[in-house]
Amino acid sequence: MGSEFVQLSLTPILIGVLASIACALPGNFLILRRQALIGDAISHVVLPGIVVAFLITGTVASLPMMLGAAGAAIIAVILIEAIKRLGRIEPGAAMGVVFTSMFAGGVLLLEQSDTSSVHLDVEHALMGNLESLIWFAADDWSSLVDPVALASLPPELPRIAVVCAMVGILTYLFWRPLKISTFDEGFARSMGIPTTLISIGLVIAAAVAAVAAFDAVGSIIVIAMFICPPAAARLMTNQLEAQLIWSVVFAVLSAVLGYVFAGYGPLWFGSENAVSAAGMIATVSGIILGLACLFGPQRRRIGEAAGV
Amino acid sequence: MWTTFLDALLLQAGYNAALVAIGAALLGIAAGTSGTFLFLRKRALVSDAIAHATLPGIGLAFILMVALGGDGRDLAGLMLGSALTAAAGLLLVEWTARETRLSEDAAIGAVLSVFFGFGIVLLTFIQTMSSGRQAGLDGLLLGSTAGMLFQDGIIIAIGGALSVVAVYVLRRPMTLVGFDAEFAEAAGVNVRHVDLAIMGLVLGVTVIGLKIVGLILIVAMLIIPAVAARFWTERTEFVVLGAGLIGGASGYIGAALSASAPALPTGPIIVLVCALLFGLSLLFAPIRGVLASVVRHRRFQIRVHRRQGLLALVHGEAIHDRMTLAVLRRDGLIRADGVATDSGRALAAKALLDERRWEIVRELHFADGVKASLDGLTPIEEVLTRDELAEIDKRLGPPVVVGG
Repeated sequence: MGSEFVQLSLTPILIGVLASIACALPGNFLILRRQALIGDAISHVVLPGIVVAFLITGTVASLPMMLGAAGAAIIAVILIEAIKRLGRIEPGAAMGVVFTSMFAGGVLLLEQSDTSSVHLDVEHALMGNLESLIWFAADDWSSLVDPVALASLPPELPRIAVVCAMVGILTYLFWRPLKISTFDEGFARSMGIPTTLISIGLVIAAAVAAVAAFDAVGSIIVIAMFICPPAAARLMTNQLEAQLIWSVVFAVLSAVLGYVFAGYGPLWFGSENAVSAAGMIATVSGIILGLACLFGPQRRRIGEAAGV
Repeated sequence: MWTTFLDALLLQAGYNAALVAIGAALLGIAAGTSGTFLFLRKRALVSDAIAHATLPGIGLAFILMVALGGDGRDLAGLMLGSALTAAAGLLLVEWTARETRLSEDAAIGAVLSVFFGFGIVLLTFIQTMSSGRQAGLDGLLLGSTAGMLFQDGIIIAIGGALSVVAVYVLRRPMTLVGFDAEFAEAAGVNVRHVDLAIMGLVLGVTVIGLKIVGLILIVAMLIIPAVAARFWTERTEFVVLGAGLIGGASGYIGAALSASAPALPTGPIIVLVCALLFGLSLLFAPIRGVLASVVRHRRFQIRVHRRQGLLALVHGEAIHDRMTLAVLRRDGLIRADGVATDSGRALAAKALLDERRWEIVRELHFADGVKASLDGLTPIEEVLTRDELAEIDKRLGPPVVVGG
């Protein structure tokens, strides 16, 4: 637990934790608003956006990729709304049409273009490359205060840290309107809260979190973290404040345990190679959710007898 | 490229391509029709959970087959494994939505991400295994028909045909439940069993589609054809038929396209052909399509402007609205300087007469609720009989000179 840990595991764990929190926070509201699958949709449509950004700029620089991903997410939201309204189609189906089509477009573009020279493929998009985000320059814990070593931190870390902080601050600032409009939209509107704006803002914040996390950890963690920690937290308490705290705890737990199991778990079973950290983090979050489903104190709907 | 595409369409581009095209067409038909029932039950995205939940099954089946001494690439074995975990995922979605306070969409998202994540863990584990030929497994994510074996093609074709037959046999109870579950329940249909049958079909289609479209994109084949077909008709049986047609066509055309050029992966191409057909339906379908509703709206607008313009003429009011002026001029009802022509005056008088008649009709029929046809825009002769009109005209009194 010395230099090797700081060099190889510290940054991936931190990035995993921050990405998980950034996704879990908006996830709480999405679940209560029955929009849980927006995270799923966003993480699919991000692919064509990133590929188009790559085709235009020719590099895998972060800013164009983020812009491309955000653009694709906005196009997807507009398309979903349009199909819903024009065709009077239920939201789930409209979403299914849009995100699968855009994902297929992204895959096709990716296959058509020459991306062999850069790190851009479908599997990377799905699984991320958490394990590779290592901090070469670090020697041991003292590197944390060494400016030279800090300068060579993987750029994903400060980026996801900023996004995570931003999501946290936004949640804090808009706490009251968010909470009221989530639980009783009609009442919120009568109080003069711009509910449509709040709802769009929430989706945009979720999209930003998803894109930033996607960049670092791949889409599978994004989807899992949008849903599993908040859903498990929902089964623990009836208070939104407490639910938020539970969800953050679960997100951190999933990220840390998942990373450790993926890295060290196979060693315990006598295998030499690590397995996918992203997949393992999603798996751990699922196990936590499963336990919450079985034993969570508030797992029943209100009105049903507990423990039946 | 075009000649190869034509060859592929006519099944002349080689044995393997023909096999893929037929398999994809059958898969498309099966996916389109069974997806329709899912769509009618408003549970389209359950298929997303089912599809992603196949991945751990694929991994486990591979590991098991290698452990038993095979090379782990037997498609039937992989399909069996994927069906088992997909069924487990489906049951978990249903259990979570029923037994806990979480809604179905949260359950879907949780199952799809966790199962998929675990599947990825298994895949990375498999990559480190020394034995077995794992190269083909990635192809099941996004479909890859490049090196498809003859026996794989046969399995897909038979599976597709079986699902089509199953849809045909079960079409009546599934339509009933999809259309109105409560009525179906009252009519003695076991809704839960039918729901299970629909899910079973979807599961079957997903597993069959693994090789051609891949597990991420099979959702598209289950959802898009049904939504596209919905634009063309208001009748359930036609939606089912249309969805089968659209699904089959996209499978066939997509497979042919993909065979006609390199770097055109089959799965995404099939889905994009399907999305194209959806776009065409959205724009050009009669009645529910965008173009049709734009035309309808425009016609309605013109009728309103025409009527208001005529009433303004009759009352001698100046018309300022550009569209009203344009409509009246186009029909030769006013001259370029805005003065009414003879026919304009005649129609204006008629419009005023009808307006008065409508007022009386609304008074008379007020008690039984104003009908939609009494909007005042439909020519009154189409709504009322001549006798009724004569009766109304009696109440109007004698004609007077207007628009002096």
